Amino acid sequence: MSVLPYLVAIWVLSWGVYGIVTSHNLVHLVVCLSVAQASTYILLIGVGYRSGATAPIFAEIPSSTPVVDPVVQALALTDIVVEATVSALLLAIAVQTKKRFGTVDPDELRALRG
Amino acid sequence: MTALQGGALALVAVGAPLVVLAREPTRQALCAGVFGTALAILFFIFQAADVALSQIVISAVGLPLMILLAWAKIREDEADE
Amino acid sequence: MTRPVRLGLFLTGMAALAATLAVAVGDLPGFGHYPGPYGTIIARTGVAARHGTDLVTTVNFDYRVFDTLGEEFILFTAVLGVALVLRRRRGEERTSEEPPEEHHFPGSSSALGAIGLALVGPVLVLGAWVVTHGHLTPGGGFQGGVVLAAAILIVFLAGEYVAMKRVAPHAALELAEASGAAGLALVGLGGLIFAGVFFKNFISLGSPGAILSAGTIPIGNLAVGIEVAGAFLMLWTEFSDQALVVRSR
Repeated sequence: MSVLPYLVAIWVLSWGVYGIVTSHNLVHLVVCLSVAQASTYILLIGVGYRSGATAPIFAEIPSSTPVVDPVVQALALTDIVVEATVSALLLAIAVQTKKRFGTVDPDELRALRG
Repeated sequence: MTALQGGALALVAVGAPLVVLAREPTRQALCAGVFGTALAILFFIFQAADVALSQIVISAVGLPLMILLAWAKIREDEADE
Repeated sequence: MTRPVRLGLFLTGMAALAATLAVAVGDLPGFGHYPGPYGTIIARTGVAARHGTDLVTTVNFDYRVFDTLGEEFILFTAVLGVALVLRRRRGEERTSEEPPEEHHFPGSSSALGAIGLALVGPVLVLGAWVVTHGHLTPGGGFQGGVVLAAAILIVFLAGEYVAMKRVAPHAALELAEASGAAGLALVGLGGLIFAGVFFKNFISLGSPGAILSAGTIPIGNLAVGIEVAGAFLMLWTEFSDQALVVRSR
């Protein structure tokens, strides 16, 4: 199945967004966001893979060995770091929301004013 | 698509719903850590070594810790009221 | 909008999106048939051109180092944002002005403390190894930086929260983070001053496989490692301060 990794990425994205939409708790929402972001890593790494190739590290192998694509791996690496920072900021906002409004339920937050 | 790659993809595909359906943040932090490790194994099998290393440290160390600390703060405010 | 209506709307929209994406990925090259060209070019010429054996770190710190600078500042700004959002406000106080007595969580024991503290040294060495060998083997500034931060975190996990604050005081973390962020920008400025182009390599490339090779990549790795370690420790101490020390009046 030559499109299986891409389909798995779509599946993971769907579950992540479903979790965000039906969440009762801001902290649970942040983790579901990180699951949705994980789908992009799967897609990136899946695109760059080459059958029978090895990791793009030429420390001990001759430089003519076929390797997988290093550029998408660099992109995925950046992506992972950004995910961690975004989650940290959102969790800080969730903590402050609890302090100011007394609740972390997104449904109840819509009803509060000011 | 070798059996190993297919198995790793299946593991990730099963792990995603498990993280989402764990509604309580304490339990979900642990599920997220395991899901992150499964992703790291997938990246390793796909010959992406740097990405796997990054995924392990961020998603098995950084993220569950921040979730648990934030949830501890939120829950303690609840206990005070 | 009630919950069932919202759920129905979401399921319809998500089904449409998933179907569109499934059709779209049919046009991607099949899994395992990566067509190139950039990956192939870099794989063939990367080691000879930049003298770094780990091509992913070479791409991150040499070919696309400008993006890494941006990413580093994303991390910096996010930590700034967290510190701002969680700043002490009117109506809050720290539980006491002098350092609180050691915070022990239920289940902590002297065995846990001993094992934890015995692990700090080896993990620090591992983190330093990952940072400095980034251009040779899998690793680099980001991964090694988080491992270094985790080494200090072990002190906290061993039940010695006050000891962690003493080992990694707030001022030292701020200094580490800021100097790491400035370090990478200074590497770029060095390229501008000594080689005429921002971030152009201005150090001799050395021989591939040696520690001091690949030009400015090790320096960039070091700067990013220090910055990431400081940033993650700041994040964790902000959150744990909130959970353990700050109380509302």
